[in-house]
Amino acid sequence: MLTVSAVAEKLGLNVVVKGDMSQIVSGCYISDLLSDVMAHGKDDDLWITLQTHPNVVAVAVIKGISAVILTNERNPEPETIRKAEAEKVTIMVSSLNTFELAGLLYMMLKDDGSVHAGTS
Amino acid sequence: MELSKIIEIVHGAVVSDGGGIDAIDITSVCSADLLSNVLRYGKGGALLVTCLNQPQVIRSAEISDIPAVLLALGAIPETDMISLARDKNIILLTTQLPMYTTCGLLYTAGLRSCVEEL
Amino acid sequence: MTENSPSEGTFHLMGGEFTNAGSASSELKSTLIKVGVEKSIVRRVAIAAFEAEMNVIIHAVAGTLRYEITTEAVTITVTDMGPGIENINQAMQPGYSTAPDWVREMGWGAGMGLPNISKHSDLFKIDSVVGEGTTLEIIFDLKEKNADS
Ligand SMILES: Nc1ncnc2c1ncn2[C@@H]1O[C@H](COP(=O)(O)OP(=O)(O)OP(=O)(O)O)[C@@H](O)[C@H]1O
Ligand SMILES: [Mg+2]
Repeated sequence: MLTVSAVAEKLGLNVVVKGDMSQIVSGCYISDLLSDVMAHGKDDDLWITLQTHPNVVAVAVIKGISAVILTNERNPEPETIRKAEAEKVTIMVSSLNTFELAGLLYMMLKDDGSVHAGTS
Repeated sequence: MELSKIIEIVHGAVVSDGGGIDAIDITSVCSADLLSNVLRYGKGGALLVTCLNQPQVIRSAEISDIPAVLLALGAIPETDMISLARDKNIILLTTQLPMYTTCGLLYTAGLRSCVEEL
Repeated sequence: MTENSPSEGTFHLMGGEFTNAGSASSELKSTLIKVGVEKSIVRRVAIAAFEAEMNVIIHAVAGTLRYEITTEAVTITVTDMGPGIENINQAMQPGYSTAPDWVREMGWGAGMGLPNISKHSDLFKIDSVVGEGTTLEIIFDLKEKNADS
């Protein structure tokens, strides 16, 4: 079982806001559309996105997202950081693009064996 | 990677074949729902994976020399999107798989994402 | 738009008109290919023009996109009537966007358009008057730039 902090370490993510790093990562959802994540994101999913807007935090809280990963080195807006700190939502930044990060994560979760990566 | 192989991997369906699937070799993948990100980082010859189902996706592909678009999560393309794809000879595919699984499978199969460096 | 020639032309853009959004840049791209501009430059011009076109459609009321092609350069001038930009430095920051939620749901509003135009062009000038409108001048060299692919 992989935790958020293990994922952060293995993927070399820059942790901007530290929430509960011991949360278990059960899967992942990729989307840059907040309404899409509202409809399809699941509890304990990691959420990979390019959106840096404060509303990301609200969506993450409502959907029980375990951590948000911003790709392409997109930095969260100051207001996003403030809200994430208040809500204890983990926000991390990757220098990789969405496709490569997703690919690496997919292989990692598959090797870990705790997730049915193909059906998430 | 041959596009037909990609279609097989993601159990994809062809909505518009852009005048021929066979000739197309995909060299990289770009996955995003923000089009300026595609315009900045998508490389010519790439496959675009997205959930956006409207015509501006096809425009973005056309403008940045992207030959094929794959709609994930069973997104149903708008009629305008399909007709523009036909008009501009952009291949339009769909898969029921979510973006994450789509990317994971294609990455595992060896596709990478080359970044256009400017 | 049939009066446009291979060396110069104008397109009219309407704010909020998403149906044909991108058709000006698309037509410009075809023209550039037709007159034999090198492929990698065509792509850069098309991307910059498209970003500028979308900005008028998303952020302004109405505008024009003009192009001029000589043996030396491609020049694109985009002028709009609209709210203008209060702080251009801020607008140029990657990630800065005032786009409302519904625009973000359409795939725009990453705050990357203006930085993209700057990245893809050889010269980029932006002028704006708050409450009146914005003018972009974007230039692409056609000479001696062939070295970098
Ligand atoms: N023509 C314009 N008129 C008024 N404001 C503009 C115009 N162009 C840009 N802006 C302002 O500058 C900001 C940044 O523009 P930019 O193109 O970089 O990003 P965006 O249009 O918000 O998102 P993206 O281009 O990534 O879809 C806009 O959000 C808007 O506030
Ligand atoms: Mg823009």
